[in-house]
Amino acid sequence: MIELDNVGYSYGGGELLGDVSVQLAPGSFHFLTGPSGAGKTTLLKLCYGALQPTAGQVRVFDQDMRKLDRDQMALMRRRIGVVHQDCRFLDHLPLSENIALPLLVSGKDLNGEEENLRELMKWVGLAPRADAVPQELSGGERQRAALARAVIMSPDVVIADEPTGNVDWEMSQRLLQLLVELNRMGKTVLIASHDLALIRAAKSQVQARVLRISNRRLQLAGADL
Amino acid sequence: MSAGTIRSLLMGDKQADRVVPPTGFTARLTLFVSGAMAFLAVFALALSLASGRLADRWADELARSATLRINAPADQMADQTMMALTILRQTPGVAEARALTAEEQTALLSPWFGPNLPIDTLPVPQLIEVTETGEGYDQAGLRLRLSAEVPGAVLDDHTRWREPLVAAANSLRRLALVSILLIGGATAAMITLAANAALAANAQVIEVLRLVGAKDRFIAGAFVRRFTLRALLGASVGVVLGMGGVLLLPEASQEGGFLTGLGFRGAAWLLPLAVPIMGAAVAFAATWAAAHRTLKELT
Ligand SMILES: Nc1ncnc2c1ncn2[C@@H]1O[C@H](COP(=O)(O)OP(=O)(O)O)[C@@H](O)[C@H]1O
Ligand SMILES: [Mg+2]
Repeated sequence: MIELDNVGYSYGGGELLGDVSVQLAPGSFHFLTGPSGAGKTTLLKLCYGALQPTAGQVRVFDQDMRKLDRDQMALMRRRIGVVHQDCRFLDHLPLSENIALPLLVSGKDLNGEEENLRELMKWVGLAPRADAVPQELSGGERQRAALARAVIMSPDVVIADEPTGNVDWEMSQRLLQLLVELNRMGKTVLIASHDLALIRAAKSQVQARVLRISNRRLQLAGADL
Repeated sequence: MSAGTIRSLLMGDKQADRVVPPTGFTARLTLFVSGAMAFLAVFALALSLASGRLADRWADELARSATLRINAPADQMADQTMMALTILRQTPGVAEARALTAEEQTALLSPWFGPNLPIDTLPVPQLIEVTETGEGYDQAGLRLRLSAEVPGAVLDDHTRWREPLVAAANSLRRLALVSILLIGGATAAMITLAANAALAANAQVIEVLRLVGAKDRFIAGAFVRRFTLRALLGASVGVVLGMGGVLLLPEASQEGGFLTGLGFRGAAWLLPLAVPIMGAAVAFAATWAAAHRTLKELT
């Protein structure tokens, strides 16, 4: 699905990431961990094309990311659902329209998808909040809404950046549950998190591999977690 | 850009337009600017059409005619007039020569002396209207013959005062056309500024749209539609007001000279209706270019 081949990245200062090689196979479940500032968000951005690597090659759905033109990049983003670290909503639109936004921008018939949208909002437990604007939501509600938006196009890959960042333990368990369910439906899942308790909890439910960034390199963490 | 691209940019739907939050300030700015510019464009258009008409008329009518003026003592007037008419009718290139009647001369003079003055008692020269054929006549030859046989005759072929008038009307027309171009350019510049302001104010929105897989066309379309419609609306109001203003200008009249008759004539009334369409086209192009400059900088 997504392959990184000797990828390096630097924001202009020193090298932030180097020699990163990893393959996300279809249906796999990966955690990406590492201390704050290690470059987790940066690595995820490289995976969905928000950043281009300064060295090496990123391949998404067997295409070299660098060779995609702007429209192809947009089409690729529709196949990768992303939960951003800060969620990113359109603050003037109600929640239901924010969640349906990927359908709208890809020209889908919104009336035909209404049932789908209702189901999805029920699944993340936000059906009663459909008409709220994003500012009125709690941290957990925002994260679940972002997850709903990420999966509404039924993407092949779901990437979540600290999806449990600002929520309590119970809520993070619920979010994890949703991500595990998505993986069971066959989606490739990649989650950045520094929450080791969450990762341990996940390992009991799903075969998850843990990637760790340390000293600018990406390593596969062993069973020592 | 293909016709299909333009169509899909302009169509879109209500829902797609909602992704960009309504911005009161740039909206009002665009409406006002396109309205004011359209208003000015109507006047520039009226001026250019009227000065064009004027130049054509002067060049045409005056070129084909001349006036012969006969100053003679009252007792010789009739003889000299007869003589002059005979000579003129023999001259090749003169289509028609006609002595003005007393009533016609009175009509010509009464604006200057008032209706009550007994003109027939004054030593008024006799005027003969000369109309040329297409080829024209030999002026020098005619003058020579007249001076020999009709001593009181003075030939005025109008060229002396026609040329500067035609030149003035023509440069007036050029100025009006340049004004229309400048109005178009200024509109494009203003709308580019407004569009850039709207794009900058909505940088977050654009980024989110891009992240969830919107193509450039979708994002640009939301802005392009908005500015095109605003320009169309503003310019329509401006044109209606401008045409109202032109309607209130005085009718063309003999007394008013060239300052009247500035309005539109007949089918030319349809021309200002093109102004909103041009304004919308300018807004479309300006917003499209501005949106593309902004989007290129995003991944
Ligand atoms: N746009 C940027 N420009 C420059 N430096 C950045 C930018 N984004 C992140 N960084 C820096 O890169 C490093 C890694 O950031 P990030 O990938 O967000 O880490 P993490 O998600 O692991 O906390 C940090 O030191 C951060 O300051
Ligand atoms: Mg981060």
